[in-house]
Amino acid sequence: MTAKITPSKGATYARIIGVGGYRPVRVVPNEVILENIDSSDEWIRSRSGIASRHWAGPEETVAEMSIEAGGKAIADAGISADEIDAVVVATVSHFKQTPAVATEIAHRLGTGRPAAFDISAGCAGFTYGLTLGKGMITDGTAKYVLVIGVERLSDLTDKKDRATAFLFGDGAGAVVLGPSDVPAIGPTVWGSEGDKSGTITQTVPWDAFRVDDVAKLPVDENGAVVFPALTQEGQAVFRWAVYEMARVAQEALDAAGVSAADLDAFIPHQANMRIIDSMIKALKLPEHVAVARDIETTGNTSAASIPLAMERLLATGAAKSGDTALVIGFGAGLVYAATVVTLP
Amino acid sequence: MAATKEEILSGLADIVNEIAGIPTEDVELDKSFTDDLDVDSLSMVEVVVAAEEQFSVKIPDDDVKNLKTVGDAVDYILKAQS
Repeated sequence: MTAKITPSKGATYARIIGVGGYRPVRVVPNEVILENIDSSDEWIRSRSGIASRHWAGPEETVAEMSIEAGGKAIADAGISADEIDAVVVATVSHFKQTPAVATEIAHRLGTGRPAAFDISAGCAGFTYGLTLGKGMITDGTAKYVLVIGVERLSDLTDKKDRATAFLFGDGAGAVVLGPSDVPAIGPTVWGSEGDKSGTITQTVPWDAFRVDDVAKLPVDENGAVVFPALTQEGQAVFRWAVYEMARVAQEALDAAGVSAADLDAFIPHQANMRIIDSMIKALKLPEHVAVARDIETTGNTSAASIPLAMERLLATGAAKSGDTALVIGFGAGLVYAATVVTLP
Repeated sequence: MAATKEEILSGLADIVNEIAGIPTEDVELDKSFTDDLDVDSLSMVEVVVAAEEQFSVKIPDDDVKNLKTVGDAVDYILKAQS
């Protein structure tokens, strides 16, 4: 027989109630990058807007950085760790795939026995996690969800590639989501374009190292073993990010019933300052909108970039609690997700 | 109606002026975008997208790298229009 199943009962709405970030201690200015590539500080700044980035040391692992950021987000939310019902970790640079790093982070934060898992959605990882977390809360499977974006992209950077050596940084950003009486996260406009999967990609798959003979290991022109790195088709990514993603961002605004004039802040994935500037133009954002430009001193930290930029925007006073912000993540996949949120 | 070669050059000059701040009179057929006009690879994408809109043509990413000079772009657009 078909038994009557009691459905879960969730909160009417969800919202971000706390944010926290962790930036590695070591600051790496462009001068250090230039030791390995034939370029200039001026060239790097004009192409990317990046002046410096943080690179993690051996102790600043994906788990450690996540615990720092997650702990701050929980404190900012004003709840205790054991109230967290789910921990979602978005990353592409945790190199031990099993078990998910989310379980260790959840345990060491003292969250008890929450649902915990990792997701892979490149630079859209945070906004994908935000969307999942919102769904858990409104579905009733969780009251509080910790969403973490964390990367050690310095491990996936070809330090000798003049097109990408300066681009990436390390760090972790986290938010706590909780129930809300009023709508505080809009509909997510998200999707993927798998026909462009080669546009941003890891150069070498991990199983290329699983060879029967060390002579078959992937090597560079000097015979040194090549560790996988991130590579991208710059012009194609730029065109997609600026023009396609501006459309997605506009759709997210429309879906939330919020106009550009209603916005207080714009927090796009920090991929490149030129992309951010062009998106502002394409979206016709008014002058009063505070724009996250964390990339200048943080670089592109993929899944960590939006929560890190959100934390800084709030910490510097450029945006304040209760402000309305447009967030959009986009990257390798290609994947994207955009929504409108009330800032914590 | 398709634009003439002169109209395309003039339209392209206006686009390059707006995006890269290059005086329109400097945008001549034999000028290289990168070497002579200092239009970098990302600005080039913006020029291409603006040109696509203005002249109702498609210029795929794979073709953008072949547009070295202003003349290359004008010829490409002229051909793509027909």
